[in-house]
Amino acid sequence: MADCGEPDGPGNKDDIARSKNEGKELTKEEKQRLRKQKKQQKKHKERKNEKGPSETEKDETPVSLLPPPPPVATQKAPSALPAPASAPIPVPASAPFHSSPAPSPADKPAKSKAELKAERRARQETDRAAKQPGSSSSGIKTKVPLSELNPVVKRLPEHVQVDDPAVVKRLAKKLERQQIPLRSDYGYKVSLFSHLHQYSRKAPLTQLLSIPSTVIHPSIVRLGLQYSQGIVAGSNARSVALLHAFKQVIRDYTTPPNEELSRDLVNKLKPYISFLNQCRPLSASMGNAIKYIKKEISNIPSQCKEEEAKTKLLKCIDRYIEEKIVLAAKAISKYAIEKISDGDVILVYGCSSLVNHILCEAFEKSRKFRVIVVDSRPRLEGREALRRLVQRGISCTYVLISALSYILPEVSKVFLGAHALLANGYVMSRVGTSQIALVARTFNVPVLVCCETYKFCERVQTDSFVSNELDDPDDLMVTRKGKTQLENWQDVSSLGLLNLVYDVTPPDFVDLVITDLGMIPCTSVPVVLRVKNLDQ
Amino acid sequence: MELQAVLMAAGGGSRMMDLTYNTPKPLLPVGNKPLIWYPLNLLERVGFEEVIVITTKEVQKMISTDPKVKLDVKMKLDLVCIQEDADMGTADALRHIQQKVKTDVLVVSCDLITDAALHEVVDLFRAHNATLSMLMSKAHEFTETVPGQKGKKKTGEQRDFVGVDGTGKRLLFMANEADLDEGVVIRKSIMRKHPRMHIKTGLVDAHLYCLKKSVVDFLADNKSISSIRGELVPYLVRKQFSKSTNSPKVIDETHQNLKKNDSNISSRDEELLHLTQERSCWNDHRGDMSDAYHGGRLRCYVHIMDEGICYRVNTLAAYIEANRLAPKLFDEPAVHPSAVVSERCLIGADSIIGASCQISDKTSIKRSTIGVSTTVREKVKVTNSIIMHGVTIEEGCNIQGSVICSNAVIGRGADIKYCLVGSAQRIEPDAEVNITYHYKSITYNNCHKVSK
Repeated sequence: MADCGEPDGPGNKDDIARSKNEGKELTKEEKQRLRKQKKQQKKHKERKNEKGPSETEKDETPVSLLPPPPPVATQKAPSALPAPASAPIPVPASAPFHSSPAPSPADKPAKSKAELKAERRARQETDRAAKQPGSSSSGIKTKVPLSELNPVVKRLPEHVQVDDPAVVKRLAKKLERQQIPLRSDYGYKVSLFSHLHQYSRKAPLTQLLSIPSTVIHPSIVRLGLQYSQGIVAGSNARSVALLHAFKQVIRDYTTPPNEELSRDLVNKLKPYISFLNQCRPLSASMGNAIKYIKKEISNIPSQCKEEEAKTKLLKCIDRYIEEKIVLAAKAISKYAIEKISDGDVILVYGCSSLVNHILCEAFEKSRKFRVIVVDSRPRLEGREALRRLVQRGISCTYVLISALSYILPEVSKVFLGAHALLANGYVMSRVGTSQIALVARTFNVPVLVCCETYKFCERVQTDSFVSNELDDPDDLMVTRKGKTQLENWQDVSSLGLLNLVYDVTPPDFVDLVITDLGMIPCTSVPVVLRVKNLDQ
Repeated sequence: MELQAVLMAAGGGSRMMDLTYNTPKPLLPVGNKPLIWYPLNLLERVGFEEVIVITTKEVQKMISTDPKVKLDVKMKLDLVCIQEDADMGTADALRHIQQKVKTDVLVVSCDLITDAALHEVVDLFRAHNATLSMLMSKAHEFTETVPGQKGKKKTGEQRDFVGVDGTGKRLLFMANEADLDEGVVIRKSIMRKHPRMHIKTGLVDAHLYCLKKSVVDFLADNKSISSIRGELVPYLVRKQFSKSTNSPKVIDETHQNLKKNDSNISSRDEELLHLTQERSCWNDHRGDMSDAYHGGRLRCYVHIMDEGICYRVNTLAAYIEANRLAPKLFDEPAVHPSAVVSERCLIGADSIIGASCQISDKTSIKRSTIGVSTTVREKVKVTNSIIMHGVTIEEGCNIQGSVICSNAVIGRGADIKYCLVGSAQRIEPDAEVNITYHYKSITYNNCHKVSK
């Protein structure tokens, strides 16, 4: 089976390094020109063969919503060839890593696009047929010769750059093409974070959609609403809800004539993902789940019947949830319970579903411990954690984060949940986590982070500014005795309200990461990522 | 498909018989458009492409020939006729079309004129997976004098008591004064779950409901419920807090029965939804030990509009008020281009002149609505009135605060104050008519005060 996202050797790294450092346009254009020439030669050869299918392709291209699929190169090697094919389509300068599907009808005639598509499909079919009976080793072998021709472009998520008008325009165009309304930013943004989106909860995206939503599947609209209103919050809950909604979408999906399920369904999911991203930026766990689904969909053989394919996909989703979330939670609690001894005082922060699960399981197994729940504004999620723990009978103390250094002398262990684990070992979690880890380190209290492996992310970040999420600034307003002091904060020109959602904790402050693969030090995260990619 | 729109246009307009004895209520002109145009326009603006309209045969005939409806409304109208004398309530009508209902429904009444943002109501329905979601608005005082009423009539209108929770969105309690014997009775189970309830009385129910499909199926089984507003909504609101082991034909069971039909799919999905709720750190209330929504499966939500127009045109006073405010809802020119208006007449800025009118010299029209194909002769003063279609007003008339129905003829020099003149009636020349309803064909000559 082809690997997903494995770097293709030094060639690819150099390209990326070069394009990062220098004026990328020159090198990329040179490469594009070379590729164009190669393509022209191949086209002339295959023009006569492909004339039949290309006719039908021409009919299809105006029908389909999106231009030829962008380099989904993390999927498999054969798609390395389409990567350069679409690269000649003008790549916007500012994107360092991958090109978003920018339209280029003016440059290339539709016929060549259609023919490229047909060629690509033919090649993919042969490769897929060759791949099926073979083992993974043959897959790697077939990949190597191809990679010598064209390096696999690793697809990493684009950085959000709201203060760059070119990027914003590109995003707007992409959304327009997918018929998704653009959600406008709200309020004054603090200058350090002006590159991030800031939305208001009072202006939901649904006011720009038609009410019986036809463009977007109703379950996706419902999910987007639940995300933006915070009804579904927490990394695990969001992923499960996402997969549940995708199950509905797959169930209601019918393949249009002359289309293949494996390609068309992925194209159908793209606008939904953009919509959900507009409602609330996707989390790392959701990103991994989406990658998994897209891979599963693309791997469906073309001769598979629709009903069969759909049941298979539904089963895959169920299995993913079962393995990566439910069973992982069981495994993690098994490891974590070893670390909880009688008489422990455990500190938890906010409401992490995994940590709550661990504590409840430990209590079932008759460990004697008490819990201190630390909470912070404006979300005050600790109240929910407190409720769940007390409901089980665990004795709890509740403090706000400002009292952290006062209660830490009592604490014997700190259990933290994570939103994502980054490739350099940093832990991305709710804002305030890094503070807790820092103070705990000062008091020499061990900090244990609990995280499932599906939340491991390829991204690298050393500070909380580069990539974060800005929540609604109006949440910071509080009404006491009928008066809201910050009611007219927008009128004060020198005042900005900042409601950050995440922060990153360096690995020096984390003593142990408990995952479903075992208990590992924070620096071993890249190893796990590598092992995961090989498995897939 | 997500939602199906159902427009209830079979009502008789029982509270304004003076206007509706001749013209059916959905076709009463408001701002020179038939009343049914307003909810249709609302649905169209929001993005609906098809509407099921439940109406009587008479209305169906008139709708299919009405130019406004034919030209302006681009949606596909599926007209379902019911017998006029069957005395069907709104819930009965829903039961009648149960076969056509394939998904959740949005029920609108034909007499609703509003500029509300419908997405607020529907978002509550979607986000919380609610069984019922409705729209209400703060009631405004009617300032216009109603013709035919001596002085301001303040009958003890039956009040509605609406109880909402702290967020103002969840509907906890709904009762009409008529159903209550002595006082408002609130069950302990509600108070235990929602200790803080705000009870409001000054609200107008817009009769716009989002209902789950299971509710329509439940109606099919329970034939005793005949009115949505009067019986179904209070039942659903009460059912939120009742224990689930009750009478057999309970709505929870219908939920489950439907799910048993495709059991494999839904049980797995139910598990996933349950897992989501379990893992999500959100709760709709604080202070007690229960899970979100107190573990209840039935939820009713309401969106209360503070500002904006929301009228139900089911009384004469509302009709007049609506005529005043309806022009604000759309940007058409006040004077229709095909109207022939002579130069020496004074037409106030807030008056509307319909198509093919003929307004002659030296007329003064203030704060009024003149219907289609009306002829107004010289030296006529029209103030604060509603003139419907095809009316002829001869010279020298003075019409104040009145409603003149279609095809009436007002003789020369008549002086009409605060009256309602019925359809196709004639007022004799030089009559002086004050505060009355005139819809019987009795002619008066040179009378001073004429009362009913």
